[in-house]
Amino acid sequence: MNKSKSRSKLAPFKILSTTAILGYGFPESSFQRGLRKKPDLIAVDGGSTDPGPYYLGAGKSFTSRAAVKRDLRLMIKAGLEHNIPVVVGTAGGSGARPHLEWCLEIVREIAREENLHFKLGIAYADVEKEMVLEALKQKRVKPLAFVPELTPEVVFESENLVAQMGIEPFIKLLNQGCQVVIAGRSYDPAVFAALPISLGYDPGLALHLGKILECAAIAATPGSGSDCALGILEEDSFILETLSPERKFTPQSAAAHTLYEKSDPYELPGPGGLINLRGCSFEDIGQGRVRVRGSRFIPSENYWVKIEGVRMIGFRSISIAGVRDPIMIEKIDKILKEVELKVREIMGKDVKNGQIYFHVYGKNGVMGELEPVKRTLSHELGLVIETIGKTQEEADSLLALTRSALLHYGYEGRIATAGNLAFPFSPSDISMGKVYEFSVYHLMQVDRPDFFLSRVEEL
Amino acid sequence: MRVTKPTAAKKKNSLLKVARVIRSKNSGPFELTLDIMFKERRYFELFKKKRIITARKIARLYGIPEKEVLKIVYFEPSQAIKVTLKRRIPSGSPGDTDVYGAQQHAPLLGLTF
Repeated sequence: MNKSKSRSKLAPFKILSTTAILGYGFPESSFQRGLRKKPDLIAVDGGSTDPGPYYLGAGKSFTSRAAVKRDLRLMIKAGLEHNIPVVVGTAGGSGARPHLEWCLEIVREIAREENLHFKLGIAYADVEKEMVLEALKQKRVKPLAFVPELTPEVVFESENLVAQMGIEPFIKLLNQGCQVVIAGRSYDPAVFAALPISLGYDPGLALHLGKILECAAIAATPGSGSDCALGILEEDSFILETLSPERKFTPQSAAAHTLYEKSDPYELPGPGGLINLRGCSFEDIGQGRVRVRGSRFIPSENYWVKIEGVRMIGFRSISIAGVRDPIMIEKIDKILKEVELKVREIMGKDVKNGQIYFHVYGKNGVMGELEPVKRTLSHELGLVIETIGKTQEEADSLLALTRSALLHYGYEGRIATAGNLAFPFSPSDISMGKVYEFSVYHLMQVDRPDFFLSRVEEL
Repeated sequence: MRVTKPTAAKKKNSLLKVARVIRSKNSGPFELTLDIMFKERRYFELFKKKRIITARKIARLYGIPEKEVLKIVYFEPSQAIKVTLKRRIPSGSPGDTDVYGAQQHAPLLGLTF
């Protein structure tokens, strides 16, 4: 890191983003093509909250271990061979300590198998409950839209609290000479933007580029979540380039990606400020490349990080069945309501807190109460009967009872008296394990952006 | 049979015909965001000028209160409209039907103007 922030012209800084999420894979041919461009950084985002609260709570990854190992092996070997830093954010899918440890174990395994020796930088995203409670007391926590206010009770009940780290922990580790950096929950663009920002590149451009590279070739056309993309950061703009001949970036594909999974495409908030895209332009410069200008980083007065956490609320069981009887289909809502009442009556106080849900595919299984089509025209329905109890045993019992009650329920007008459900499987019931819900999704003001624990390991 | 009445209202155009992309997705676990990208600039401009997409219209399409429509943004670089709604049930919480929120766009396909 010998560059100063002087106004001497900055050489193009090339970033190779391998795939949309570590473990989603990438063609080796694209990766090799990327390496031939002599990148200054190989980086990848490792996670998302999209797969829901379970993975953060259970400490498990939603990606496969074998696939993550395959991606990492290629990246780390190439990085060390060509002396290119390799940076991974939101390790293990959710980026709490168990996820990070899972990913680190894979890295160590690769190092052993390939006889690689390097300086490994590790940044933890976990946040102590005491820190959040203290921040709450000082009124330095605020909810994001539609999120309930945080209370100390919710903090106590939540598990695996993490904060999205910004660029600072990455810069700290890279400055210590780490060749590979594996971090917990991170602001998606940080893995791409940290190094160039530390070298003096414009933070607005670097972060906006990171925002696009975070999904790799998804922002190209045809898009793919399993292919590499190259970003070239220059002093006053950046260029997007695909690494496989069947794809290209177009101004539209690049701009459209800015909409993806965000509520406001003009202002993208992150740790320490926001990226403002109001003055942004996307220009086709040929050969499937797009040049982007005008993205600006607006630092906020105080440094806020997004904190995430989940709460365990019970155990789930499900059963899958089909319905083909037209008389039953006609009355399905009424029948399901009556069956639930019947079950509750039988169980009495035993399932005071038990929950029963019927997912009725062919009617409103996908949209639930948002479904505008009220009357189904389907000749068959798929049912997922779901129960949630305080223990797995409670959920299982509630499911067994609901399933059998529905199977034999003598609804009004019934002429098929042998049974109401077609089960595709025996056993019909599945114990699903713990159920979590997102309980923390707030902003917390911090004094130091690099409060995250980090350490260096020599492999 | 074709019936022509001199007073008949002008035939309505369908959003499906002028849009290139219509999609839904989570924007975090508590919000659902809808994107409409237009094939041609003129339709984007028309929608923008005439305010064809309003919180009220979206609320009616989805059967939700208007206050659950967080914002409607016109994004010039993609000639796109983005509408963000409250998720009635947060992603993955009990009762949710679509953890990624990727299949909540269908009501928009029937929108006419």
